Amino acid sequence: MRVAPGTTLAVLGRNGAGKSTLLRILATLLRPHEGDVLVFGEPLPRRAFNVRARLGLLAHEPLLYRELSGRENLEYHAGLHGVRRGRVQEVLEAVGMERRAGDPVRLLSRGMVQRLAVCRAVLHEPELLLLDEPRANLDPAASELVEPLIGRQSGATRVLTSHDPGSALAEADLVLALKDGRPAFIGPPEQLGESQLRDLYA
Amino acid sequence: MRTALILLRKDLRLELRTLETVPAMVLFAVVTFVIFHFGLNRDTIDGQLAAGVLTATLLFASMLAINRLFVAEREQGGFDAFLLAPVDRSAMLLAKAAALFLFMVALEVIAVPAFGLFLLGPSLGPPLPGLILVLVLADLGLAVIGTLVSAIAVHTRARDLIGPIIGLPLLIPALIATARAAGPLLRTVDPASAPPGKWVAILALYDLVFALLAYAVFDFLLED
Repeated sequence: MRVAPGTTLAVLGRNGAGKSTLLRILATLLRPHEGDVLVFGEPLPRRAFNVRARLGLLAHEPLLYRELSGRENLEYHAGLHGVRRGRVQEVLEAVGMERRAGDPVRLLSRGMVQRLAVCRAVLHEPELLLLDEPRANLDPAASELVEPLIGRQSGATRVLTSHDPGSALAEADLVLALKDGRPAFIGPPEQLGESQLRDLYA
Repeated sequence: MRTALILLRKDLRLELRTLETVPAMVLFAVVTFVIFHFGLNRDTIDGQLAAGVLTATLLFASMLAINRLFVAEREQGGFDAFLLAPVDRSAMLLAKAAALFLFMVALEVIAVPAFGLFLLGPSLGPPLPGLILVLVLADLGLAVIGTLVSAIAVHTRARDLIGPIIGLPLLIPALIATARAAGPLLRTVDPASAPPGKWVAILALYDLVFALLAYAVFDFLLED
């Protein structure tokens, strides 16, 4: 299957179906056992180095150090990605975290940590966003805040998973349904029937 | 080098924030000197015995830092975050080894004077320049091997056990060379003005060999 630039692929499936594993393979963190994976036309894992600067991963774990503040964490990641000065403040303001940015991450609520994780994932303005349950722990107001960064408006190609198939299908141009680690459906969301969807989560 | 400095700054900031490693190493070393003081039933020691006690204590204290070196990366997603960045993997080896080296230096700044106070017979002043050279070389080897061992151990469930089990045998040559190089400096009678060249050379060679080995294999330890 191929995901066109600027479109959204929703990956659906029960817990343990392989959604997060697929995202980690695309993020170059895991090696595929079989088959070929190309990101931006570069085969993984052989040319992984070439794609890392162009992708952002929002994983289950926020990938933030608990003892450092949100700002210190983001400045650290900005350094690793060679991001311009001022971008950290920009993303903090975008998610409404500028006032709590000096607090250690361990003192923040889950929703706030998730907002910081969004900041980390988009800090280097990636062309490909790998979003694993991106709205987990976010209330409706916070979800709205992160929308310009990780939603369709971001302009990035997106691969997303969600525990809520309804919301994932609403955002998707293409759906990949996984069952026991294998594709059970590949196609546009409108072709995924109710019974197929029920079967997927049965 | 820039990436290594970013990583090192983060590690030092984390240590300053949590104070989890260096204070524990210092406390361990000082308590060990007190135990030797009573265990040997001697007010003072010198020469090869003093060098052996000092070296072994510093080596065991270093295990506390080695066991914790990658814990934040493992438990807080630091490995993944680093692997997602378009940077050279060896920067982490360099940064972690530098952090461990600095932890050892911080330990020795307190532990060596404490050793002079509690156990050492001769004055610490005259042998200090030679001792610093020996300890710096020992710390370099320990930093490289410690980083390598820690990177292996952190992926296992029994990391607190695996670290010493792999690390201590690898560090025995460094222990021998350090103790032999420091022994003549710490004699009460006829102390040497400089450490024996042969042992200093062995220590330096040991550092070089393991630095090259660590550089060659470290990338593989970070991959899945």
